[in-house]
Amino acid sequence: MDFGFCLSPSSHVKMDNVDLTTFNRLKETNPDINTCIACGSCTATCTAGHFTEMSFRRLLLMLQRGKEDEAKKMIQRCMLCGKCTLVCSRGINIRKILLDITR
Amino acid sequence: MKENILIIGGGAAGMEAATQLHKMGLNPIIVEKSEALGGHIAQWDRLFPAFHPAKDVVEQMLDNVKDIKTYLNTEVTDIQRNNDGFHAVLSNNETIDAKAVILATGFDVFKAERKQEYGYGIYNNVITSVELEEFFRTGKDERINHPKKIGFVHCVGARDVKVCNTYCSKVCCTTALKQACEIKEVFPDAEVYTFYMDLRMFGLGYEDLYLKSQKDFDVKCVRGRVCEVSEDMDGKIVIKAEDTLFGKPLKMTLDLLVLMCSMEKNKSIDAIQQKLGIANNSDGFMQNKDMYLGMNDTAQEGVFVAGACTAPKSLPDTIGEARSVAVEVYNYLNK
Repeated sequence: MDFGFCLSPSSHVKMDNVDLTTFNRLKETNPDINTCIACGSCTATCTAGHFTEMSFRRLLLMLQRGKEDEAKKMIQRCMLCGKCTLVCSRGINIRKILLDITR
Repeated sequence: MKENILIIGGGAAGMEAATQLHKMGLNPIIVEKSEALGGHIAQWDRLFPAFHPAKDVVEQMLDNVKDIKTYLNTEVTDIQRNNDGFHAVLSNNETIDAKAVILATGFDVFKAERKQEYGYGIYNNVITSVELEEFFRTGKDERINHPKKIGFVHCVGARDVKVCNTYCSKVCCTTALKQACEIKEVFPDAEVYTFYMDLRMFGLGYEDLYLKSQKDFDVKCVRGRVCEVSEDMDGKIVIKAEDTLFGKPLKMTLDLLVLMCSMEKNKSIDAIQQKLGIANNSDGFMQNKDMYLGMNDTAQEGVFVAGACTAPKSLPDTIGEARSVAVEVYNYLNK
């Protein structure tokens, strides 16, 4: 029977249960992945980001907060133009990391 | 006859000012309320940004003041202005006549139990940055027992209207990342998180320390203020914060939580400060004449200030001010 109400699932990120396998694998070959300061330059320059939710700095966070499925969905928007890599002030090789995620 | 300069406070500011005044041929006298010179910095293990041992600096400073008249375990109980300068009475009943007074009374560490939501003094595994530094220096703290997950909370007692401290305490950001790196050195397997709102890495080498903490020490910086701390059945610490870059609330279990406590004005000098007629500024520290060209001067002629008594300051800031106060006092006496 439908009483017209339900329980909302918690939106909390439960850090104790987060699986960091993918992020840690990426870290081994891309140690600069840690140095992101979330300045947002990558997202601001991203052509795909102007039309979709594509945001590399957010994608990195997704991988560290247990949202790997969402991250893999987001990455499909990327056209690998590499503008993000050109503008990154921390010198992170973003294009390579994006390629490595899907590998 | 050499002219006496009364310096209240034997920390970094007081010692450095005394050293310079002594070199100028004056007669500085240090009055220190605790049992040793050195102040807070003598309790510190290593200094940011380059992990330089604090002991080296303190020992050098102590050596510089070895010929200078110093009273330990002594406080100034009364002070009055007379035609010739100042007449001070000490707690050991001795008196000092001085031409000028330098207040170098420094700061107090914010009492972490005042932020009740962080559970300091209630939960065993919540400690302060000062206690962690003590652990680095002595290797002793029963609460630090091979933690696997460690969190640092920035701005405890700073930038917080609820504790009436709206100012930034200046040194805690850099100290947090320094300590985060150091605890990774001691426990390489541990995961280290810092919870910040802004990382204020303003000085030479500080931004390099930030990069180093991320690159070499795998310190994870989460943007968001910890709002709530509780303890689970195993005595572990459960924290809540928002990851504001991710836009979601976050929950995490930690083995150790370190609170980066702010600097507050050292209130034990209030009575003497009042007698000298020095007001407080909007942050509750001592008011200097102006923040650019009169940073060592006060509203009262012959009374000078140096170091963290006027605002939170790093060690290089304090040493710089201590040297400039010596010049100010010298010029004042030769007017």
